[in-house]
Amino acid sequence: MIEFVLDGRSKVNTYVQLVQQVKQALRVGLLSPGDQLPKVRDVAQALAINPNTVLKAYRELVIEGLAEGRPGVGTFVTRTLAGASLPNQAELRADLVAWLHRAQAAGLTTEDVTALVETTIRATLPVDPAAHLPA
Amino acid sequence: METALETDQLGKRYGNTWALRDCSLHLPAGRIAALVGPNGAGKSTLLHMAVGLLRPDAGTVRVFGETPYDNTAALAEIGFVAQDTPLYRDFTAGELVTMGGKLNRRWDGTLARTRLAQLGIPPDKPVGKLSGGQRAQVALALALAKRPRLLLLDEPVASLDPLARREFLQALMGSVAESGTTVLLSSHLLADLERVCDYLIVLHGARVRLVGPVEDLVAEHRQLVGPRHGDDPIPGVASVVRASHTDRQSTLLVRTDGPIGDTSWAAHEVTLEDVILGYLADGDRPTSNEAWGVPA
Repeated sequence: MIEFVLDGRSKVNTYVQLVQQVKQALRVGLLSPGDQLPKVRDVAQALAINPNTVLKAYRELVIEGLAEGRPGVGTFVTRTLAGASLPNQAELRADLVAWLHRAQAAGLTTEDVTALVETTIRATLPVDPAAHLPA
Repeated sequence: METALETDQLGKRYGNTWALRDCSLHLPAGRIAALVGPNGAGKSTLLHMAVGLLRPDAGTVRVFGETPYDNTAALAEIGFVAQDTPLYRDFTAGELVTMGGKLNRRWDGTLARTRLAQLGIPPDKPVGKLSGGQRAQVALALALAKRPRLLLLDEPVASLDPLARREFLQALMGSVAESGTTVLLSSHLLADLERVCDYLIVLHGARVRLVGPVEDLVAEHRQLVGPRHGDDPIPGVASVVRASHTDRQSTLLVRTDGPIGDTSWAAHEVTLEDVILGYLADGDRPTSNEAWGVPA
């Protein structure tokens, strides 16, 4: 089971934040098919948000074919986003951790690292149109 | 879609002053609605008429199709938490739950006890001796024990500290998710409303200024920045809510009815808070420079 967090300063819509967090969990293998998403009531209570917002996020995931609702039980993951790359992620993550330590030793702040990563991604990797979320 | 609350030309007068006038709105069932406006805008008056505590002087108010004033059947469907959560202070929370059972036809005492137990509220202490946050939770638990289809809350979190406020909203959202109750709550705390509410009613100067689903309202409004603007219509703008000007630039909050056709305007998206403040700030404020003896 995952736990949602909200970025109060983010301009991103609350329901979009929930959708993104599920997708992220699917990408890194934290959630896989068959897993149950947190109950609407529990999310609404924990985050003090409108239950309709949670329902909207779950509906979006169902429409995208990533989850399904089982009446009276809850919402379950039906598909993963991890794909074939998941087994390689552990090794890449270890490389990244080592690199981050080097960056820290070199005096880069978290913001410096984020900026460097983002600009490098833009310069190196082709734009993936599927990566864009609907507005 | 079923309508939980509907008013038509509703008005209430105190002496010669209209506290609420020409109020026409409807609130679909299943929504969590915010009732927003400055003090004296008529929020409490509207809520008190919806819960049958006040008789309208003009127009009608209906809750699930029924007139609430002097109508016990209609009142059974409505839960109400009044401003500052007034409770009989010498009674304990346990006694209040028992009393609710004697005074209401439909009453889920187990629900109230379970909720209060989970919150760690003592059943045997006079509620006057509880903290403000705990008292608010008792009032909410009592209102929910009626299993109302419409829950009205008048400034429920205004007097609470930030932690108690969050706990109150958590309890409210959790129980609404379970019961599907329609909620109308008045509040000044705009930051809370953005997460909690999906429907908005803005009152100002005893009149309704804006009603609708939050999502639509936010999507329809834009802030436009551009060259000094006269009164010419701008394509795509249905109405100008608020305008401020410098000698060469104008900033407008507008309600749109299509894409902004004029490219000399930079259109920015707005937040719910921007929209609400725009409607509350409209109208000319008379300056009091003369009374203060300072230059204008």
